[in-house]
Amino acid sequence: MDDLLREFVTETNESLDVVDVELVRFEQDPNNAKILDNIFRLVHTIKGTCGFIGLPRLEALAHAAETLMGKFRDGLPATNDAVTLILATIDRIKAILDSLEREQREPEGDDADLIADLERMVERIAAPAASQAAGTLADQVLERPLRPGEDSLDDLERAFRETEVEPIVMTPAKPLASGDVAAFDDEASKPANQSIRVTVETLEQLMTMVSELVLTRNQLLEIVRRHEDSEFKTPLQRLSNVTAELQEGVMKTRMQPIGNAWQKLPRIVRDLSNELGKQIELEMHGAETELDRQVLDLIKDPLTHMVRNSADHGLETPEERRALGKPERGRIRLSAYHEGGHIIIQIADDGRGLNTERIKAKAIAQGLATEAEIEKLSEAQVHKFIFVPGFSTAVQITSVSGRGVGMDVVRNNIDQIGGTIDVKSVAGAGLNFIIKIPLTLAIVAALIVEAGGERFAIPQLSVVELVRARSGGEHRIERIKDTTVLRLRDKLLPLARLRHLLGAEHGDVENGFIVVTQVGSQTFGIVVDAVFHTEEIVVKPLSSRLRHIAMFSGNTILGDGSVIMIIDPNGVARAFGSEATSHMRAGEEVEHHQGSAAEQATSLLVFRAGSAQPKAVPLALITRLEEIDARKIELSNGRHMVQYRGQLMPLITPSEKVRVKDEGAQPLLVFSDGSRSMALVVDEIVDIVEDRLDIQVGSDNPGVLGSAVIKGLATEIIDIGHFLPLAFEDWFRRKDQVSRPRPRSVLLIDDSPFFRNMLVPVLQAAGYEVTACASAPEALQLLKDGVAFDVVITDIEMPEMDGFTFAEAVRADPRTADLPVIALSSVVSADSVERGRRAGFYDYVAKFDRQGLIAALKEQTDLGRAA
Amino acid sequence: MSTEPTQSLKEYVTAMIGGQLFGLPILRVQDVFLPERLTRVPLAPAEIAGVLNLRGRIVTLIDMRCLLGLGERKDKTPAMAIGVETRGESYGLLIDSVGEVLKLDDAAREPNPINLDARLARVCAGIHRLEGQLLMLVDVDRVLDVGTASAIAA
Repeated sequence: MDDLLREFVTETNESLDVVDVELVRFEQDPNNAKILDNIFRLVHTIKGTCGFIGLPRLEALAHAAETLMGKFRDGLPATNDAVTLILATIDRIKAILDSLEREQREPEGDDADLIADLERMVERIAAPAASQAAGTLADQVLERPLRPGEDSLDDLERAFRETEVEPIVMTPAKPLASGDVAAFDDEASKPANQSIRVTVETLEQLMTMVSELVLTRNQLLEIVRRHEDSEFKTPLQRLSNVTAELQEGVMKTRMQPIGNAWQKLPRIVRDLSNELGKQIELEMHGAETELDRQVLDLIKDPLTHMVRNSADHGLETPEERRALGKPERGRIRLSAYHEGGHIIIQIADDGRGLNTERIKAKAIAQGLATEAEIEKLSEAQVHKFIFVPGFSTAVQITSVSGRGVGMDVVRNNIDQIGGTIDVKSVAGAGLNFIIKIPLTLAIVAALIVEAGGERFAIPQLSVVELVRARSGGEHRIERIKDTTVLRLRDKLLPLARLRHLLGAEHGDVENGFIVVTQVGSQTFGIVVDAVFHTEEIVVKPLSSRLRHIAMFSGNTILGDGSVIMIIDPNGVARAFGSEATSHMRAGEEVEHHQGSAAEQATSLLVFRAGSAQPKAVPLALITRLEEIDARKIELSNGRHMVQYRGQLMPLITPSEKVRVKDEGAQPLLVFSDGSRSMALVVDEIVDIVEDRLDIQVGSDNPGVLGSAVIKGLATEIIDIGHFLPLAFEDWFRRKDQVSRPRPRSVLLIDDSPFFRNMLVPVLQAAGYEVTACASAPEALQLLKDGVAFDVVITDIEMPEMDGFTFAEAVRADPRTADLPVIALSSVVSADSVERGRRAGFYDYVAKFDRQGLIAALKEQTDLGRAA
Repeated sequence: MSTEPTQSLKEYVTAMIGGQLFGLPILRVQDVFLPERLTRVPLAPAEIAGVLNLRGRIVTLIDMRCLLGLGERKDKTPAMAIGVETRGESYGLLIDSVGEVLKLDDAAREPNPINLDARLARVCAGIHRLEGQLLMLVDVDRVLDVGTASAIAA
């Protein structure tokens, strides 16, 4: 094909894509002269160029469209009909371009129909508003982003400078001249100076060569590592640096924002909402997230397909939505972000969700499973059937989707790039597809470790630190039944032994290296047998036979030529059974109101004491878990004691049925407060679980708050507050007499009896006089009645009146304006802290942060005294 | 491709697996190699012997004895592998030893006997009667699909 023509087709196609998007934006924001100007300019360029190359058919169409748009520019309303007509014209232009590309000439036929429509539209909208003045246009500064396929000259130049190779530079095509050059001279020449077009093959080959170079460099490094004093060391270091930079430059040339794949979606959604009579809002987040070009190409179609599906099947009609109490306008939300060496793309809608029953019926009808098998599957497992080839649940085949080529095609494409797709659906609330794509062919820094005699790579990106654990050393691995934890800077870090995760036999649990890893908000330790070094590795996708293993994200060839597996930190996180994303809320912040503390998952320590029924206590209240030799337990003054860290620690039994052991190891839950510690004697520590703490049945039994269902078992929630005074009562009374002339008084407001019961003894133990209220109005009444307090502690999330309103009310009353108020909340975010500060809180403490609360109290009351 | 087989003659690379003779279409065979520096893959299906680096490519080895239920190898002679490719991925089929290349008439192929072991029937495309023994034709695609299909169903 003629170079000029080829250039024209490429450029025009790109311009048209932009016009598509801009027009939809314009329709929603008809007063934005800037958008309109941009569209006008693009269409004008197309028209001008067509005239120049001699493409009469295109020129006539572009001219007619331009005339109509000229009217918009003169201030006439951009009606839905008019925009639809222009979009139709653009589609026609695209069709002509397609055949132009194939046959190198304009196809036969004419466009009199469209042109006549366009002209009629011009007359129609011009008629009523003929007298309207033309709007003024804002000055236009062109800041065009790089187009798909273009790379910034800087990146390319850097990549090339590092090699001795003659760069293959294509001469930038001369901007096409036209009869009206002056108007868009700057637009045509500016990008040409900043970027050049390079064929994708050139980039691909460059990338392959760089990958080879990296591998060779790694081999050299491996050789030099074995020889201590090598004269190769310095030049090799230099080679290594150059390779790294070269690699980075080349990688950059391949990266493109995912927004490029989303470009067509606003137009598609607009057309669909017209066609289906639904109101649809398309939200796009993270369009700037960069993705390998190859990967981008492959996910473009699946994404489009899924958005269509959401619009067609997912979202209800406005009438249905109104009946369900949902906003009429449905939402489709696309988001993309990086997470632990992967790119996560989510497509969520707030529609009806998957129809589990229909999927079941279809799966049985298609013979994918028997009725008996299906009854055993969880809802999530049933939903996975939509990825099976030929599976479509749409009852009616519409023109939009539901043609039987559905999610299986999507899955296939994603499989090809080594990705995974998952679906979460909540009936009536929405559907969320989560696509996880590894950075294929990417080169990442990884920590090489050993576990069970094999080496593995852990992506450096998710590694926080390395800790050496030794029995008797500073960092000890501690056991709670089958769970191991590490005490690291006053926190209990859950541990998983890589060897066990990978199915090898249990062995030494005391020693090892702990790779502290962070995935999202979750931090945990991966215990490995040895740590070698870090190495830049070329990530290669796993063979499709191995891709289902969640523990691995890929494999790689090391410098010494051996193949090793790359650990997927997300997979490890999931193995802990409490991955952050497992709590999916379709449509995320759309429907769900922020739950109160009781609805949020709490880490609970489950143990047995005195009976077979499990008992539990919030893990955050426990300072330590100990197992002591029963012979060390002494009986003094009728009470069980043990010498612990140079002090006598009283042992308390939760009920008479619990016996302090005479021999063997006695498990203890240690609760500390300042220098005082007490221990609760238990028979057996069972597990640490994450669950909602929802006390369903209260209890009259002292020491038991009530019963809750935890991991499917009725479990007694122990009231630590009951036991603390049993151990301490006489202690702090004596201490108070010495140090505190008058106990300071605290007003505690919390709607949850659990927290009131838990905090009152804690505060009493710390030497405060506590008055507890179940609601903010009740507390305000007390203050109004003139009861004096030194400090107020209040929960934030409460019915009737929340903590913020309460604090404002306290501030507003001159009698209590100076009273320190401390907020207690299960949600501590920068946002809420800021809001709290404005409402007049003196301090903001997390609900389970006992130490923090005592410290804040001490600070406020001491301040009060000093003042 | 340059040979001139009459329409029905096809060439097969023969291989011994657990005392049974198998034939693989020569057009599907990339190379035959001695697997070295094999890396075991934890949590992988039993028939995946491991992965290895073959001239810069990562090759997944499938233990044919395990896949076909022909028992474990007892002798100490090194196993051989036949390299095959599918959809851009490289696989090695672990066999006991590789034999000569045979030209066989497609018309003489017989269907699998109905009482054939399910694991064999799943990957065999038919049987040729040779002098003194039977040769089972291996459908390479089906070998590579076993497992992926079960992975989807899971």
